[in-house]
Amino acid sequence: MMRFLLLFSRQGKLRLQKWFTVLSDRDKRKIIRDLTQMVLSRPPKACNFLPWRDLKIVYRRYASLYFCCGLEQDDNELLTLDILHRYVELLDQYFGNVCELDIIFNFEKAYFILDEFVIGGEVQETSKASVAKSIEEAESLQEVRQ
Amino acid sequence: MPAVSKGDGMRGLAVFISDIRNCKSKEAEIKRINKELANIRSKFKGDKALDGYSKKKYVCKLLFIFLLGHDIDFGHMEAVNLLSSNKYTEKQIGYLFISVLVNSNSELIRLINNAIKNDLSSRNPTFMCLALHCIANVGSREMAEAFAGEIPRILVAGDTMDSVKQSAALCLLRLYKTSPDLVLMGEWTSRVVHLLNDQHMGVVTAAISLITCLSQKNPDEFKTCVSLAVSRLSRIVSSASTDLQDYTYYFVPAPWLSCKLLRLLQCYPPPEDGAVKGRLVECLETILNKAQEPPKSKKVQHSNAKNAILFEAISLIIHYDSEPNLLVRACNQLGQFLQHRETNLRYLALESMCTLASSEFSHEAVKTHIETVINALKTERDVSVRQRAADLLYAMCDRSNAKQIVAEMLSYLETADYSIREEMVLKVAILAEKYAVDYSWYVDTILNLIRIAGDYVSEEVWYRVIQIVINRDDVQGYAAKTVFEALQAPACHENMVKVGGYILGEFGNLIAGDPRSSPLVQFNLLHSKFHLCSVPTRALLLSAYIKFINLFPETKSTIQEVLRSDSQIRNSDVELQQRAVEYLKLSSIASTDVLATVLEEMPPFPERESSILAKLKKKKGPGAVSVNELEEGKREGGELNGGGGERGGDNSTIAASNASTPSPSADLLGLRTGPQVSAAPPSAGSLLVDVFSEAGVNDDGFLRDLEPPTESSDSLLAEGPGDSDSAPPSAVSEDAAPPLPESNELLNKFVCKNNGVLFENQLLQIGIKSEYRQNLGRMYLFYGNKTSVQFVTFTTTVSCPGELHPQLNVQAKPVEPLIEGGAQVQQVINIECLGDFCEAPLLNIKFRYGGALQNLSLKLPVTINKFFQPTEMASHDFFQRWKQLSQPQQEAQKIFKASHAMDTEVIKAKLLGLGMALLENVDPNPENFVCAGVIQTKAQQVGSLLRLEPNAQAQMYRLTLRSSKDTVSKRLCELLAEQF
Repeated sequence: MMRFLLLFSRQGKLRLQKWFTVLSDRDKRKIIRDLTQMVLSRPPKACNFLPWRDLKIVYRRYASLYFCCGLEQDDNELLTLDILHRYVELLDQYFGNVCELDIIFNFEKAYFILDEFVIGGEVQETSKASVAKSIEEAESLQEVRQ
Repeated sequence: MPAVSKGDGMRGLAVFISDIRNCKSKEAEIKRINKELANIRSKFKGDKALDGYSKKKYVCKLLFIFLLGHDIDFGHMEAVNLLSSNKYTEKQIGYLFISVLVNSNSELIRLINNAIKNDLSSRNPTFMCLALHCIANVGSREMAEAFAGEIPRILVAGDTMDSVKQSAALCLLRLYKTSPDLVLMGEWTSRVVHLLNDQHMGVVTAAISLITCLSQKNPDEFKTCVSLAVSRLSRIVSSASTDLQDYTYYFVPAPWLSCKLLRLLQCYPPPEDGAVKGRLVECLETILNKAQEPPKSKKVQHSNAKNAILFEAISLIIHYDSEPNLLVRACNQLGQFLQHRETNLRYLALESMCTLASSEFSHEAVKTHIETVINALKTERDVSVRQRAADLLYAMCDRSNAKQIVAEMLSYLETADYSIREEMVLKVAILAEKYAVDYSWYVDTILNLIRIAGDYVSEEVWYRVIQIVINRDDVQGYAAKTVFEALQAPACHENMVKVGGYILGEFGNLIAGDPRSSPLVQFNLLHSKFHLCSVPTRALLLSAYIKFINLFPETKSTIQEVLRSDSQIRNSDVELQQRAVEYLKLSSIASTDVLATVLEEMPPFPERESSILAKLKKKKGPGAVSVNELEEGKREGGELNGGGGERGGDNSTIAASNASTPSPSADLLGLRTGPQVSAAPPSAGSLLVDVFSEAGVNDDGFLRDLEPPTESSDSLLAEGPGDSDSAPPSAVSEDAAPPLPESNELLNKFVCKNNGVLFENQLLQIGIKSEYRQNLGRMYLFYGNKTSVQFVTFTTTVSCPGELHPQLNVQAKPVEPLIEGGAQVQQVINIECLGDFCEAPLLNIKFRYGGALQNLSLKLPVTINKFFQPTEMASHDFFQRWKQLSQPQQEAQKIFKASHAMDTEVIKAKLLGLGMALLENVDPNPENFVCAGVIQTKAQQVGSLLRLEPNAQAQMYRLTLRSSKDTVSKRLCELLAEQF
């Protein structure tokens, strides 16, 4: 299972943090610090995977944003790149041409969309149409504020 | 335009976020945040009831502030209120806040659980999913207690919507991972397994994660999933890329599901049913075949998805390790990837090949790629890829290619990244030893290692080369010649000097015939390095010098002069001085015969598994080594040291050093085994050394707080102390009284500490101070007379009742029969633990106070944990060891209510007091505590592991002990459950 997912900018600003196991705030801060440093200092075109502590780190850069997650030993790295990509596609589908600002100003949406796609570090729905449908249905329940 | 424009956007939030982004400094940001917090606080406190939208907006702002890294200490109640809103976005924000900021407020947890319960029973799929996501996100034990019974029902119910089933499956998985004891399978096992047949691909994808986890824990109950998984896989693999509609990802049918199916199958051995197995082999072949087909898309997503399945299939093939044909095909496929232009694929291929290399069927096939891998080691730009290449070279090494691989690794070492040097050094050392055909190659290799990367050559490595040289006389002459040459270098690493000093001291005579390496030349060469070396190395060199005097009498006067110089004989380092003095005396007084006997060549070392291997395994973590093996390595280190004691030249110390220096860090050459070595190793701490020396303890300050207040004597007689639990004085028999009712409680007080007041009544106060080392203990009892009247015929007896007798040897020194008023006397008790035990020894005290016989019995706080030696270990080792102790009787567990405040520091202090090593960063949950230790009894050593899981919300603990001996687990569990 995925242990965590972090989104951070090229400047190392954290944009989203999702933890799938219970960790203390101190540990979270340390992980965030270590990983942003490590990933940002890697040369371009380096491999997208690296071992870190007892985890496998998989990361990928989309425009100005790095998507980075920690996996357990028996997780599949390539498939995780697909998970990251599918998440980006879902964000893109929702926001339309998603950019970092969308995620900053609508951070709660980014969390909701992730919840529709991944629960407890495991993929729950891989169909783009199904995820879109869930979000659509939910949004139709809301009242439009005048 | 996107859905954000639908109108639920919160303007105030957007403005606030903009403001924060415009802040020029951290201070400005904090100021802006504080302003906002004050605003929100006043809104929440205000008289005007807030509408749902405002509440949502403010809660969302708080969440934003929290995610920026600031503390939030209010707003929880408002968030909980949002949960019961019937507007979706309000509910959603409420749940998000709870998921991110859940805290241990038990009142809130009840409210949250209520809201969740309502949503779960609402039959509105969207609300149900929100509630399930929240449970999965929080995943606490309370949630498990509240919902672990309900969720399986939702999961298997016929009328549950597919999307809810998916959430329920993964939610249940999360709860199972946090609280496996609360998620009960059984009745719904087979219905869950049959979710693999569900028509909805999304349901299968979610359910299979749950099934895989459950199968790992209960393979037998879930084994029917194998055939279902195979047929599902087969349908996907054989489907055309368009069949699965939206579950096709960049022309690859259902890559996530395929990978998960292949992963599930790795929980089981190959299917026994021939038809199922045939079908599976067909699938695997199809996957391998597809890898050769031209790609259907140029997008990297297509190749990623396709190769993800391929790598997972290869993992399964390696896991089965039974189909030579498939293994070789897998290897060839990976071989292609080794030269792929995608770095990711090269990395994964190297990693995967490592496991293939250990299969007898594919080892040879892996070896054919040696040139490519060596090339990768030399040319890859990414250090993590180079590291994988080095791992693979190590894995594919055997007798046929060892020389080539070792040479390549050595040359890589010259430029290797610092982070991996030590590991590389260990690997080279191991390969060199393992595949050495002629030992001269081995010696060359190790000396090269020291030359190239001396700083990274750990003690184990140079101990080992000496061990091997000592044991093999065919290489001794060569070794002497080679170190002699290596030492010629103007700057050589200190490790080289150590090896050189040792080997020339033993075998310098083998090259002394050559005038270029005559004894004096050898000596001068060594001595030229002397002043640049650290103390331990200099001590080693001094030992080499005395050996020289024996080997080459002609060097005697030169060396004696060196020893006699002020810088030696008056050296400020006591070890060096002592050696210089002793060696000088030894060389001048002892006869040649005595000298020759004392300084004889070292005896061979026992053949054991290399301690370097143990070290590498320890470093590597995943690579598997049991604690037992590690300890084996340590013991070996100890023996090396003991053997080396003979070099010290004083035979009488050898036995002592053999017996008392099990430290793995002790040096090979017995540098600390001069005559001053006492039974206590230097690492034991000065306090212990004091206690065990004859001087004993005379700690004046210790009982200061036990001094009786003089006024208290007035009230004494009226109370009739001691009478409360024994008959009136006249009726008291001479038999020992039964232990006081509170004596168990008193005993518990001392489980985690060694010093303090054991007992106190109006007459008497008993203080205790104790020290333990290995299986021995010494206890000081201080009897304080609180009255102004003397106690006469004061006697104490210590006994070991019943079963305790053969396990514990307790000897009490006699105590003064008279204690003056206000005075105190001390008694020493020696304790030896022979085997593990549960009961405590009894202390009976009798004395006459004003003519009345006082008779009381207490339990002496000697508990099994006192004989713990802490054991440090890494996370991986801990859990491996934990798993090894998996027999039911080896485990003892208790769940109990906290009886003290659950303060982390206090808990830590208690666990340390227990005597085990408190292991940091081992448990994935940082709230938990894990410890490891070995109980030392004379008969055996009992390894024990402990895990303490506090639950602050419930004010409960779960304590689990695992030991190699069931009685120990049980007893430790009993003792500890009373401590928190």
